[in-house]
Amino acid sequence: MAGETTAPIEHAPDAAHAAEAVGMPQLDFATFPNQIFWLVLAILAIYYILTKIALPRIASVLAERNGTITNDIATAEELKLKAVEAEQAYQKALAEARAQAQKIAAETRAEIKEELDAAIARADTQIAEKSAESAAHIGEIRDNALISVEAVAKDAAGEIVRALGRPVDDGDVAAAVETQMRGEA
Amino acid sequence: MADEAQGGGIHIDPMHQFVVKPLFGQPGDHVGMLTVTNATLWMAIAVLCVVLLLVVGTRGRAIIPSRLQSIAELAYGFVYKMVEDVAGKDALQFFPYIMTLFMFIVFANMLGLVPMSFTTTSHVAVTAVLALAVFLTVTIVGFVKNGTKFLGLFWVNSAPLPLRPVLAIIELISYFVRPVSHSIRLAGNLMAGHAVIKVFAGFAAIAAVAPFSILAITAMYGLELLVAFVQAYVFTILTCVYLKDALHPGH
Repeated sequence: MAGETTAPIEHAPDAAHAAEAVGMPQLDFATFPNQIFWLVLAILAIYYILTKIALPRIASVLAERNGTITNDIATAEELKLKAVEAEQAYQKALAEARAQAQKIAAETRAEIKEELDAAIARADTQIAEKSAESAAHIGEIRDNALISVEAVAKDAAGEIVRALGRPVDDGDVAAAVETQMRGEA
Repeated sequence: MADEAQGGGIHIDPMHQFVVKPLFGQPGDHVGMLTVTNATLWMAIAVLCVVLLLVVGTRGRAIIPSRLQSIAELAYGFVYKMVEDVAGKDALQFFPYIMTLFMFIVFANMLGLVPMSFTTTSHVAVTAVLALAVFLTVTIVGFVKNGTKFLGLFWVNSAPLPLRPVLAIIELISYFVRPVSHSIRLAGNLMAGHAVIKVFAGFAAIAAVAPFSILAITAMYGLELLVAFVQAYVFTILTCVYLKDALHPGH
Protein backbone atom coordinates (compact mmCIF):
# COMPACT_ATOMS: atom_id res chain seq x y z
CA MET A 1 0.00 0.00 0.00
CA ALA A 2 1.15 3.52 -0.79
CA GLY A 3 0.84 4.87 2.72
CA GLU A 4 3.17 2.44 4.37
CA THR A 5 5.93 2.63 1.83
CA THR A 6 6.24 6.41 1.45
CA ALA A 7 9.38 7.88 2.94
CA PRO A 8 9.66 11.43 4.29
CA ILE A 9 10.93 13.86 1.69
CA GLU A 10 12.14 17.43 1.81
CA HIS A 11 10.27 19.05 -1.09
CA ALA A 12 6.73 18.86 -2.28
CA PRO A 13 7.40 18.05 -5.94
CA ASP A 14 9.63 15.23 -4.83
CA ALA A 15 6.95 14.07 -2.48
CA ALA A 16 4.41 13.96 -5.27
CA HIS A 17 6.85 12.09 -7.46
CA ALA A 18 7.61 9.68 -4.71
CA ALA A 19 3.94 9.02 -4.16
CA GLU A 20 3.52 8.38 -7.84
CA ALA A 21 6.57 6.20 -7.84
CA VAL A 22 5.05 3.92 -5.23
CA GLY A 23 1.78 4.07 -7.14
CA MET A 24 -1.37 6.12 -6.95
CA PRO A 25 -3.99 4.51 -4.73
CA GLN A 26 -6.32 5.09 -7.69
CA LEU A 27 -4.35 2.53 -9.69
CA ASP A 28 -4.30 -0.09 -6.98
CA PHE A 29 -6.35 -2.61 -8.88
CA ALA A 30 -6.74 -4.78 -5.79
CA THR A 31 -9.30 -2.35 -4.45
CA PHE A 32 -11.30 -2.11 -7.70
CA PRO A 33 -13.76 -4.94 -7.11
CA ASN A 34 -14.50 -3.57 -3.68
CA GLN A 35 -15.14 -0.04 -4.91
CA ILE A 36 -17.16 -1.17 -7.90
CA PHE A 37 -19.31 -3.47 -5.78
CA TRP A 38 -20.17 -0.78 -3.25
CA LEU A 39 -20.62 1.83 -5.97
CA VAL A 40 -23.12 -0.31 -7.84
CA LEU A 41 -24.91 -0.96 -4.57
CA ALA A 42 -24.98 2.76 -3.73
CA ILE A 43 -26.20 3.75 -7.20
CA LEU A 44 -28.90 1.08 -7.18
CA ALA A 45 -29.99 2.21 -3.72
CA ILE A 46 -30.24 5.83 -4.82
CA TYR A 47 -32.01 4.85 -8.04
CA TYR A 48 -34.51 2.71 -6.14
CA ILE A 49 -35.21 5.42 -3.57
CA LEU A 50 -35.51 8.10 -6.23
CA THR A 51 -37.89 6.19 -8.49
CA LYS A 52 -39.99 4.72 -5.68
CA ILE A 53 -40.26 7.65 -3.30
CA ALA A 54 -38.43 10.90 -3.96
CA LEU A 55 -39.11 11.77 -7.59
CA PRO A 56 -42.85 10.92 -7.68
CA ARG A 57 -43.28 12.83 -4.45
CA ILE A 58 -41.46 15.94 -5.68
CA ALA A 59 -43.24 15.75 -9.03
CA SER A 60 -46.62 15.55 -7.30
CA VAL A 61 -45.72 18.43 -4.99
CA LEU A 62 -44.66 20.56 -7.96
CA ALA A 63 -47.79 19.63 -9.90
CA GLU A 64 -49.95 20.37 -6.89
CA ARG A 65 -48.28 23.73 -6.44
CA ASN A 66 -48.78 24.55 -10.11
CA GLY A 67 -52.42 23.54 -9.77
CA THR A 68 -52.83 25.68 -6.67
CA ILE A 69 -51.23 28.65 -8.35
CA THR A 70 -53.40 28.24 -11.45
CA ASN A 71 -56.51 27.89 -9.30
CA ASP A 72 -55.59 30.90 -7.23
CA ILE A 73 -55.00 32.97 -10.33
CA ALA A 74 -58.36 31.85 -11.76
CA THR A 75 -60.09 32.69 -8.48
CA ALA A 76 -58.38 36.07 -8.41
CA GLU A 77 -59.53 36.71 -11.98
CA GLU A 78 -63.07 35.75 -11.05
CA LEU A 79 -63.03 38.01 -8.01
CA LYS A 80 -61.65 40.81 -10.11
CA LEU A 81 -64.48 40.33 -12.61
CA LYS A 82 -66.97 40.39 -9.77
CA ALA A 83 -65.42 43.56 -8.44
CA VAL A 84 -65.70 45.17 -11.86
CA GLU A 85 -69.31 44.07 -12.07
CA ALA A 86 -70.03 45.42 -8.62
CA GLU A 87 -68.44 48.70 -9.56
CA GLN A 88 -70.55 48.89 -12.70
CA ALA A 89 -73.68 48.15 -10.70
CA TYR A 90 -72.71 50.81 -8.22
CA GLN A 91 -72.08 53.33 -10.98
CA LYS A 92 -75.40 52.47 -12.56
CA ALA A 93 -77.21 52.85 -9.26
CA LEU A 94 -75.44 56.13 -8.70
CA ALA A 95 -76.47 57.43 -12.12
CA GLU A 96 -80.04 56.31 -11.55
CA ALA A 97 -80.14 57.97 -8.17
CA ARG A 98 -78.75 61.13 -9.65
CA ALA A 99 -81.36 61.12 -12.43
CA GLN A 100 -84.09 60.47 -9.87
CA ALA A 101 -82.86 63.33 -7.76
CA GLN A 102 -82.83 65.62 -10.75
CA LYS A 103 -86.33 64.53 -11.69
CA ILE A 104 -87.61 65.11 -8.19
CA ALA A 105 -85.93 68.48 -8.07
CA ALA A 106 -87.46 69.49 -11.41
CA GLU A 107 -90.89 68.29 -10.32
CA THR A 108 -90.66 70.16 -7.07
CA ARG A 109 -89.51 73.23 -8.86
CA ALA A 110 -92.44 73.01 -11.30
CA GLU A 111 -94.89 72.49 -8.44
CA ILE A 112 -93.53 75.43 -6.54
CA LYS A 113 -93.70 77.55 -9.67
CA GLU A 114 -97.28 76.53 -10.25
CA GLU A 115 -98.24 77.32 -6.70
CA LEU A 116 -96.40 80.57 -6.91
CA ASP A 117 -98.16 81.48 -10.14
CA ALA A 118 -101.52 80.66 -8.61
CA ALA A 119 -100.73 82.73 -5.55
CA ILE A 120 -99.57 85.64 -7.69
CA ALA A 121 -102.72 85.44 -9.80
CA ARG A 122 -104.85 85.31 -6.68
CA ALA A 123 -103.00 88.25 -5.22
CA ASP A 124 -103.37 90.15 -8.50
CA THR A 125 -107.15 89.66 -8.57
CA GLN A 126 -107.40 90.65 -4.93
CA ILE A 127 -105.32 93.74 -5.60
CA ALA A 128 -107.46 94.57 -8.63
CA GLU A 129 -110.64 94.12 -6.57
CA LYS A 130 -109.28 96.24 -3.79
CA SER A 131 -108.17 98.97 -6.15
CA ALA A 132 -111.55 98.96 -7.95
CA GLU A 133 -113.28 99.20 -4.61
CA SER A 134 -110.99 102.02 -3.59
CA ALA A 135 -111.58 103.81 -6.90
CA ALA A 136 -115.35 103.52 -6.37
CA HIS A 137 -114.95 104.79 -2.85
CA ILE A 138 -112.85 107.71 -4.03
CA GLY A 139 -115.46 108.57 -6.71
CA GLU A 140 -118.19 108.49 -4.12
CA ILE A 141 -116.20 110.73 -1.85
CA ARG A 142 -115.56 113.13 -4.72
CA ASP A 143 -119.26 113.14 -5.72
CA ASN A 144 -120.21 113.74 -2.13
CA ALA A 145 -117.70 116.54 -1.96
CA LEU A 146 -119.08 118.14 -5.13
CA ILE A 147 -122.60 117.88 -3.81
CA SER A 148 -121.48 119.44 -0.55
CA VAL A 149 -119.64 122.20 -2.42
CA GLU A 150 -122.82 122.94 -4.42
CA ALA A 151 -124.95 123.04 -1.32
CA VAL A 152 -122.43 125.22 0.47
CA ALA A 153 -122.23 127.51 -2.59
CA LYS A 154 -126.03 127.74 -2.77
CA ASP A 155 -126.34 128.46 0.91
CA ALA A 156 -123.51 130.92 0.79
CA ALA A 157 -124.89 132.66 -2.30
CA GLY A 158 -128.36 132.84 -0.68
CA GLU A 159 -126.90 134.29 2.50
CA ILE A 160 -124.81 136.83 0.59
CA VAL A 161 -127.80 137.93 -1.42
CA ARG A 162 -129.82 138.11 1.80
CA ALA A 163 -127.10 140.15 3.38
CA LEU A 164 -127.27 142.64 0.50
CA GLY A 165 -130.85 143.13 1.44
CA ARG A 166 -132.55 141.63 -1.43
CA PRO A 167 -135.45 139.16 -1.48
CA VAL A 168 -134.12 135.72 -1.99
CA ASP A 169 -135.66 133.09 -4.10
CA ASP A 170 -133.90 129.83 -3.32
CA GLY A 171 -134.74 128.40 -6.72
CA ASP A 172 -133.13 131.29 -8.59
CA VAL A 173 -130.05 131.18 -6.44
CA ALA A 174 -129.71 127.44 -6.97
CA ALA A 175 -130.15 127.85 -10.71
CA ALA A 176 -127.62 130.68 -10.81
CA VAL A 177 -125.06 128.71 -8.82
CA GLU A 178 -125.50 125.65 -10.96
CA THR A 179 -125.09 127.71 -14.12
CA GLN A 180 -122.05 129.40 -12.70
CA MET A 181 -120.46 126.11 -11.63
CA ARG A 182 -121.19 124.50 -14.94
CA GLY A 183 -119.71 127.49 -16.70
CA GLU A 184 -116.64 127.29 -14.61
CA ALA A 185 -116.36 123.59 -15.12
CA MET B 1 2.55 6.83 7.52
CA ALA B 2 4.75 9.23 9.46
CA ASP B 3 8.40 8.64 10.08
CA GLU B 4 8.69 11.35 12.69
CA ALA B 5 11.81 9.71 14.07
CA GLN B 6 13.78 11.04 11.11
CA GLY B 7 12.51 14.53 12.09
CA GLY B 8 13.39 17.89 10.65
CA GLY B 9 11.85 17.57 7.21
CA ILE B 10 8.25 18.09 6.30
CA HIS B 11 6.27 15.02 5.56
CA ILE B 12 4.04 15.50 2.56
CA ASP B 13 2.10 12.58 1.23
CA PRO B 14 -0.78 14.04 -0.78
CA MET B 15 -1.89 10.66 -2.09
CA HIS B 16 -2.34 8.99 1.27
CA GLN B 17 -5.86 10.38 1.59
CA PHE B 18 -6.94 8.33 -1.42
CA VAL B 19 -5.94 4.95 -0.01
CA VAL B 20 -8.81 2.51 0.19
CA LYS B 21 -8.53 0.64 3.47
CA PRO B 22 -10.77 -1.62 5.51
CA LEU B 23 -12.87 0.20 8.05
CA PHE B 24 -12.42 -2.57 10.61
CA GLY B 25 -9.22 -4.48 11.28
CA GLN B 26 -5.64 -3.65 10.40
CA PRO B 27 -4.76 -0.96 7.83
CA GLY B 28 -2.77 -3.39 5.76
CA ASP B 29 -5.47 -6.05 5.56
CA HIS B 30 -6.51 -7.45 2.25
CA VAL B 31 -9.34 -5.53 0.57
CA GLY B 32 -11.82 -8.05 -0.75
CA MET B 33 -14.87 -7.35 -2.81
CA LEU B 34 -17.25 -7.34 0.14
CA THR B 35 -14.89 -5.77 2.66
CA VAL B 36 -16.42 -2.75 4.36
CA THR B 37 -13.93 -0.01 3.51
CA ASN B 38 -13.76 3.75 3.86
CA ALA B 39 -15.14 3.88 0.31
CA THR B 40 -18.15 1.90 1.52
CA LEU B 41 -18.61 4.27 4.43
CA TRP B 42 -18.52 7.46 2.37
CA MET B 43 -20.72 6.04 -0.38
CA ALA B 44 -23.21 5.06 2.32
CA ILE B 45 -23.04 8.58 3.75
CA ALA B 46 -23.67 9.96 0.25
CA VAL B 47 -26.73 7.70 -0.11
CA LEU B 48 -27.86 8.83 3.32
CA CYS B 49 -27.49 12.48 2.34
CA VAL B 50 -29.52 11.91 -0.83
CA VAL B 51 -32.24 10.25 1.25
CA LEU B 52 -32.08 13.05 3.79
CA LEU B 53 -32.49 15.72 1.15
CA LEU B 54 -34.90 14.14 -1.30
CA VAL B 55 -37.00 11.94 0.99
CA VAL B 56 -36.84 13.36 4.51
CA GLY B 57 -36.63 16.91 3.17
CA THR B 58 -39.83 16.51 1.15
CA ARG B 59 -41.87 14.49 3.65
CA GLY B 60 -43.99 17.56 4.42
CA ARG B 61 -45.19 17.70 0.77
CA ALA B 62 -45.88 21.34 1.55
CA ILE B 63 -47.32 23.70 -1.02
CA ILE B 64 -45.14 26.35 0.56
CA PRO B 65 -41.90 24.39 0.92
CA SER B 66 -39.55 24.29 3.86
CA ARG B 67 -35.90 25.15 3.25
CA LEU B 68 -34.82 21.55 2.72
CA GLN B 69 -37.79 20.87 0.45
CA SER B 70 -36.91 23.98 -1.53
CA ILE B 71 -33.41 22.66 -2.12
CA ALA B 72 -34.77 19.24 -3.12
CA GLU B 73 -37.19 20.86 -5.56
CA LEU B 74 -34.42 23.07 -6.87
CA ALA B 75 -32.21 20.01 -7.52
CA TYR B 76 -35.14 18.24 -9.18
CA GLY B 77 -35.92 21.24 -11.37
CA PHE B 78 -32.25 21.78 -12.18
CA VAL B 79 -31.68 18.25 -13.47
CA TYR B 80 -35.14 17.96 -15.05
CA LYS B 81 -34.64 21.15 -17.03
CA MET B 82 -31.15 20.09 -18.02
CA VAL B 83 -32.38 16.78 -19.40
CA GLU B 84 -35.29 18.45 -21.17
CA ASP B 85 -33.23 21.28 -22.66
CA VAL B 86 -30.14 19.34 -23.66
CA ALA B 87 -31.44 15.89 -24.56
CA GLY B 88 -35.02 16.71 -25.50
CA LYS B 89 -38.44 15.76 -24.18
CA ASP B 90 -38.16 12.09 -25.17
CA ALA B 91 -35.08 11.77 -22.94
CA LEU B 92 -37.18 12.43 -19.84
CA GLN B 93 -37.69 8.70 -19.38
CA PHE B 94 -34.01 8.62 -18.40
CA PHE B 95 -34.47 11.45 -15.93
CA PRO B 96 -34.39 9.22 -12.80
CA TYR B 97 -31.16 7.65 -13.99
CA ILE B 98 -29.50 11.02 -14.67
CA MET B 99 -30.85 12.41 -11.40
CA THR B 100 -29.30 9.42 -9.60
CA LEU B 101 -25.93 10.11 -11.21
CA PHE B 102 -26.06 13.81 -10.43
CA MET B 103 -27.14 13.39 -6.82
CA PHE B 104 -24.54 10.72 -6.12
CA ILE B 105 -21.67 12.64 -7.72
CA VAL B 106 -22.55 16.00 -6.21
CA PHE B 107 -22.87 14.52 -2.72
CA ALA B 108 -19.74 12.39 -3.06
CA ASN B 109 -17.80 15.45 -4.25
CA MET B 110 -19.10 17.66 -1.46
CA LEU B 111 -18.56 15.02 1.21
CA GLY B 112 -15.01 14.64 -0.06
CA LEU B 113 -14.39 18.20 1.09
CA VAL B 114 -15.20 17.35 4.68
CA PRO B 115 -11.84 17.23 6.46
CA MET B 116 -10.54 13.69 7.09
CA SER B 117 -13.14 12.26 4.70
CA PHE B 118 -12.58 9.97 1.77
CA THR B 119 -13.50 11.16 -1.73
CA THR B 120 -15.09 8.24 -3.52
CA THR B 121 -15.35 10.11 -6.82
CA SER B 122 -11.61 10.76 -6.90
CA HIS B 123 -11.11 7.12 -7.85
CA VAL B 124 -11.00 6.14 -11.47
CA ALA B 125 -12.62 2.83 -10.57
CA VAL B 126 -15.74 4.67 -9.45
CA THR B 127 -15.93 7.26 -12.21
CA ALA B 128 -15.07 4.70 -14.86
CA VAL B 129 -17.99 2.54 -13.80
CA LEU B 130 -20.29 5.55 -13.91
CA ALA B 131 -18.97 6.64 -17.30
CA LEU B 132 -19.08 3.11 -18.73
CA ALA B 133 -22.65 2.72 -17.53
CA VAL B 134 -23.55 5.93 -19.36
CA PHE B 135 -21.61 4.80 -22.44
CA LEU B 136 -23.35 1.43 -22.53
CA THR B 137 -26.76 2.92 -21.89
CA VAL B 138 -26.30 5.51 -24.62
CA THR B 139 -24.99 2.97 -27.13
CA ILE B 140 -27.76 0.46 -26.43
CA VAL B 141 -30.46 3.14 -26.48
CA GLY B 142 -29.00 4.47 -29.73
CA PHE B 143 -29.23 1.10 -31.46
CA VAL B 144 -32.61 0.17 -29.96
CA LYS B 145 -34.24 3.47 -30.90
CA ASN B 146 -32.62 4.05 -34.29
CA GLY B 147 -31.34 0.63 -35.39
CA THR B 148 -28.55 0.89 -37.91
CA LYS B 149 -29.37 4.55 -38.48
CA PHE B 150 -27.49 5.16 -35.25
CA LEU B 151 -24.30 4.54 -37.24
CA GLY B 152 -25.15 7.74 -39.14
CA LEU B 153 -23.68 9.47 -36.12
CA PHE B 154 -20.27 8.56 -37.54
CA TRP B 155 -21.08 9.36 -41.17
CA VAL B 156 -20.94 13.13 -41.49
CA ASN B 157 -23.31 13.88 -44.37
CA SER B 158 -22.52 17.57 -44.42
CA ALA B 159 -18.84 16.91 -45.22
CA PRO B 160 -17.47 16.38 -48.75
CA LEU B 161 -17.68 12.72 -49.77
CA PRO B 162 -13.91 11.99 -49.87
CA LEU B 163 -13.53 13.30 -46.36
CA ARG B 164 -16.31 11.20 -44.89
CA PRO B 165 -14.39 7.95 -44.30
CA VAL B 166 -11.63 9.89 -42.55
CA LEU B 167 -14.16 11.75 -40.46
CA ALA B 168 -15.92 8.47 -39.70
CA ILE B 169 -12.71 7.08 -38.21
CA ILE B 170 -12.19 10.25 -36.17
CA GLU B 171 -15.82 10.20 -35.00
CA LEU B 172 -15.53 6.54 -34.08
CA ILE B 173 -12.40 7.15 -32.05
CA SER B 174 -13.94 10.17 -30.35
CA TYR B 175 -17.01 8.13 -29.54
CA PHE B 176 -14.97 5.46 -27.81
CA VAL B 177 -12.81 8.01 -26.05
CA ARG B 178 -15.93 9.52 -24.48
CA PRO B 179 -16.11 7.21 -21.45
CA VAL B 180 -12.39 7.68 -20.85
CA SER B 181 -12.54 11.48 -20.85
CA HIS B 182 -15.87 11.37 -19.06
CA SER B 183 -14.42 9.42 -16.14
CA ILE B 184 -10.86 10.81 -16.02
CA ARG B 185 -12.20 14.38 -16.04
CA LEU B 186 -14.18 13.84 -12.85
CA ALA B 187 -11.63 11.74 -10.98
CA GLY B 188 -8.68 13.86 -12.13
CA ASN B 189 -10.26 17.16 -11.10
CA LEU B 190 -11.10 15.96 -7.63
CA MET B 191 -7.83 14.13 -7.09
CA ALA B 192 -5.75 17.11 -8.21
CA GLY B 193 -7.61 19.57 -6.01
CA HIS B 194 -7.41 17.38 -2.94
CA ALA B 195 -3.73 16.62 -3.53
CA VAL B 196 -2.91 20.33 -3.90
CA ILE B 197 -4.71 21.12 -0.65
CA LYS B 198 -2.76 18.35 1.04
CA VAL B 199 0.53 19.70 -0.31
CA PHE B 200 -0.25 23.17 1.02
CA ALA B 201 -1.25 21.61 4.31
CA GLY B 202 2.15 19.91 4.45
CA PHE B 203 3.88 23.27 4.02
CA ALA B 204 1.91 24.67 6.95
CA ALA B 205 4.35 22.79 9.19
CA ILE B 206 7.02 25.37 8.37
CA ALA B 207 6.34 28.45 10.52
CA ALA B 208 7.67 30.90 7.93
CA VAL B 209 5.26 29.92 5.18
CA ALA B 210 2.42 28.75 7.39
CA PRO B 211 0.26 31.90 6.99
CA PHE B 212 0.61 31.79 3.24
CA SER B 213 -0.04 28.07 3.28
CA ILE B 214 -3.21 28.40 5.32
CA LEU B 215 -4.40 31.23 3.09
CA ALA B 216 -3.72 29.08 0.06
CA ILE B 217 -5.63 26.17 1.59
CA THR B 218 -8.60 28.46 2.21
CA ALA B 219 -8.51 29.72 -1.35
CA MET B 220 -8.13 26.21 -2.76
CA TYR B 221 -10.97 25.01 -0.59
CA GLY B 222 -13.25 27.67 -2.07
CA LEU B 223 -12.16 26.70 -5.53
CA GLU B 224 -12.68 23.02 -4.73
CA LEU B 225 -16.24 23.71 -3.60
CA LEU B 226 -16.86 25.22 -7.01
CA VAL B 227 -15.09 22.33 -8.75
CA ALA B 228 -17.08 19.79 -6.76
CA PHE B 229 -20.35 21.23 -8.07
CA VAL B 230 -19.16 22.09 -11.55
CA GLN B 231 -17.74 18.61 -12.14
CA ALA B 232 -20.99 16.99 -11.06
CA TYR B 233 -22.78 19.38 -13.40
CA VAL B 234 -20.36 18.66 -16.25
CA PHE B 235 -20.68 14.92 -15.81
CA THR B 236 -24.46 15.20 -15.88
CA ILE B 237 -24.71 17.55 -18.81
CA LEU B 238 -22.29 15.41 -20.85
CA THR B 239 -24.51 12.43 -20.08
CA CYS B 240 -27.41 14.44 -21.48
CA VAL B 241 -25.41 15.38 -24.57
CA TYR B 242 -24.49 11.74 -25.22
CA LEU B 243 -28.11 10.77 -24.69
CA LYS B 244 -29.20 13.36 -27.21
CA ASP B 245 -26.78 11.80 -29.74
CA ALA B 246 -28.34 8.42 -29.07
CA LEU B 247 -31.92 9.65 -29.43
CA HIS B 248 -31.34 12.02 -32.34
CA PRO B 249 -28.28 10.85 -34.30
CA GLY B 250 -27.08 12.90 -37.21
CA HIS B 251 -25.45 16.28 -37.00
